[in-house]
Amino acid sequence: MPLLEGEEEIICNSVTDILGKLGTSREKLIPVLQQVQNKLGYLPTLAMHKIAENMKIPAVDVYGIATFYNQFRLNPPGKHQFKVCMGTACYMVGGNIALDSFERRLSIKEGETTPDREFSLERVACVGCCTLAPVVLVDEEVEGHVTPTRVDGILLTFETNGEKKTEEGTEEEGGSEV
Amino acid sequence: MKIATAAEHYAGMKAKAEQKINSLQEKTLIRVGAATCGLAAGAQKVKDTFVEEIKHKGLDAEIIEVGCMGHCYAEPMAIISKPGFPALCYGHMDEGLAKLLVEEFLGNDDPCYEYALVALEPNDIFPTFSDFPRDAYEKKIILEHCGFIDPEDIDHYLAREGYASLVKTLQMKPEEIISAMVDSGLRGRGGAGFPVGKKWTICRNTPSEIKYIICNADEGDPGAFMDRSVLESNPHQVIEGMLICAYAVGATKGYIYVRNEYPLAVQRVKTAIEQARKKGLLGSAILDSTFSFDLEVFEGSGAFVCGEESALINSMEGKMGVPQARPPYMAVSGFWGRPTVLNNVKTFAYVTAIIKKGAGWFREIGTEATPGTAVFTLVGKVANTGLVEVPMGTTLRQLVFDIGEGIPNDKEFKAVQIGGPSGGCLPEETLDIPIDFDSLEKAGAIMGSGGLVVLDEDDCMVAIARYFLEFTQQESCGKCTFCRLGTKHMLDILTRITQGKGSLADLDILQELAEDIKMGSLCNLGKTAPNPILTTLRYFRDEYEAHILEGRCPARMCKDLILYYIVPEKCTKLCNVCVGSCPVEAIYTREDGLKAIDQEKCVKCDNCLKTCPPEHNAVIKLSPPVLPEE
Ligand SMILES: Cc1cc2nc3c(=O)[nH]c(=O)nc-3n(C[C@H](O)[C@H](O)[C@H](O)COP(=O)(O)O)c2cc1C
Ligand code: FES
Repeated sequence: MPLLEGEEEIICNSVTDILGKLGTSREKLIPVLQQVQNKLGYLPTLAMHKIAENMKIPAVDVYGIATFYNQFRLNPPGKHQFKVCMGTACYMVGGNIALDSFERRLSIKEGETTPDREFSLERVACVGCCTLAPVVLVDEEVEGHVTPTRVDGILLTFETNGEKKTEEGTEEEGGSEV
Repeated sequence: MKIATAAEHYAGMKAKAEQKINSLQEKTLIRVGAATCGLAAGAQKVKDTFVEEIKHKGLDAEIIEVGCMGHCYAEPMAIISKPGFPALCYGHMDEGLAKLLVEEFLGNDDPCYEYALVALEPNDIFPTFSDFPRDAYEKKIILEHCGFIDPEDIDHYLAREGYASLVKTLQMKPEEIISAMVDSGLRGRGGAGFPVGKKWTICRNTPSEIKYIICNADEGDPGAFMDRSVLESNPHQVIEGMLICAYAVGATKGYIYVRNEYPLAVQRVKTAIEQARKKGLLGSAILDSTFSFDLEVFEGSGAFVCGEESALINSMEGKMGVPQARPPYMAVSGFWGRPTVLNNVKTFAYVTAIIKKGAGWFREIGTEATPGTAVFTLVGKVANTGLVEVPMGTTLRQLVFDIGEGIPNDKEFKAVQIGGPSGGCLPEETLDIPIDFDSLEKAGAIMGSGGLVVLDEDDCMVAIARYFLEFTQQESCGKCTFCRLGTKHMLDILTRITQGKGSLADLDILQELAEDIKMGSLCNLGKTAPNPILTTLRYFRDEYEAHILEGRCPARMCKDLILYYIVPEKCTKLCNVCVGSCPVEAIYTREDGLKAIDQEKCVKCDNCLKTCPPEHNAVIKLSPPVLPEE
């Protein structure tokens, strides 16, 4: 994805900062990547190059680590993130149906971000509340029993309010025109 | 003479903690279950309501957050201890109930028994946990304090004799600790069941200036969360176990490897480490003795294979998490080439209990070959989901039907999936086998680290095999050809079968591939990856055949083999919910007023079936996907 205006400077500064704090020894590579991602939300190519340069290791090693571990993302997260639980319990009661619904509604696949960087979609493993399965994390808040109608409801609140609703638990049925 | 001071030092610390906890209990104490399961169900709002209401009413009460009690089905939960009443536990809490309890119980001495779940202490009025059927089976060693103490305040643990095992340890010789582990027969709970005493002996006997202890909290099974719950609910018991281990093998530095996706566990462990350090229970000259040990948290980046010990160590060294051939064993050459003991979260938690109560006590629990208890996350189609701890040797039937209280919604039991991606699906006829490492392996599954998913008639066995295979295929690190390509090939075949495009010959190929992958893989990820397929083939071959020969999914789960149909005789014509519920406008009203589904448009999202009012239940799934004649 193309960088936004001024993003380059932010990237360079963050990387310098974090390397300054954690040092440049090889075993710090994963913690450094974690902190960079915490700061920027993802690992831009530029950041990976900077890290490789400073740690004096080949860029491919950094890229290798970044793509090996599930935690790292190479594209920017959306302003709102949907993480669909695909743990065993959720999958068995229709986690994939919820994922399908998001994919259909947002016209992106899991792991992608909408072009306006508004929404991103991911799958995660068991988030620890299988009783509420199927579960979706909406900006880190848990939504349980997510049916396709609920998916519509969640998206609708974002679209009408332009921001996340604060009230929870009220199930909006119907209202599926988006 | 150091030893006397350690005990004295501890006694002072404990007395202070007790005083603090006792003073807490003099007034009303509200404990809100705030592990991930509770928070997910809305514990934060419940806690906030308590705080607000109590402040609003000007009442005097203390509110603390505790971990998970294991009854996750009833979250959010709160325990209210009011002087003069037995401590009462309330389940399915919400803001309204919190408000009511503050008003009626705290304000008016009416405990609202109708909302209470259970009392914690014996009393004349209300049943306690010992009146629950599951109590007869449960035996809590690891979960003993979980849900009752504040994991973010070390004093709660200290007041319950926490760190007493450490003091005892400091008065023993390292060899004595190790022989206690050998005598206890404790086997590692990370999945493989390796004897702990043996591992520690090897490490102790390997001379080295520097040795490491690592606690494996990677917990890769996509359907399990007990290690996280333990760390979130009682991190100190694990830390204490690690201290004991360090003392026994002569290590000075330890790491807890927690996955980054567990932010709450990471934070609570870090808090616990800090508090232990402040009390002089971690760091140099622990409790004024000559023993020094310090701990750090390493945040894993979420790769299943990193749960494997050599891969875990590679990832800690900043490399890709790829397993290595053994020997040398970790206990001889591990982290940075130094002798390293790596054990699971629960394993360390047992260590603390064994030192406290003795190896003989531990041996009495469980079976001869596998003493102790087993901790499971009981989830899926079972009434009481949550964390359970039972002695080894308990049968699966007891676990599912007595403790879990069976299958909800009058559905029929089909199988238990045990051991996650490395485990297997066991049918009804195997339910009487006792739970222990060896019996489960004989049946084709594995103990694993404790994920247990109950499946009912609506769950397709081919689909679940495919689900786990998709997982292992994605998580294969790619080092071994058979694991990398073999799992891909198997996944392709399974996908074809779930689409109704398989052939009987595919089943033989699956069997063959399974053997090859088992042989040709270095680590247990590959070696066990075929298990979900092998067990389902062994016990549920008829389901595979139905997919292949009839294009039918018996559980009506595989999308390509079902269609949704509105039964004309059942449709009332009067309501419109299905039409509104359809995300793709595939449902229309026919000329005769009945609703019908445009099969071309239908995306099989299950919505109409869920929304059709239960008194009609007009929407059904058909497999094979053939429309009935009207
Ligand atoms: C693919 C794979 C994943 C594993 N995941 C875990 C895990 O999540 N947690 C764990 O404690 N052990 C896991 N193990 C087992 C470890 O390699 C190791 O045997 C264990 O942590 C040793 O501790 P124990 O002796 O206390 O069981 C895994 C093994 C394999 C092959
Ligand atoms: S499987 Fe989704 S929360 Fe456990």
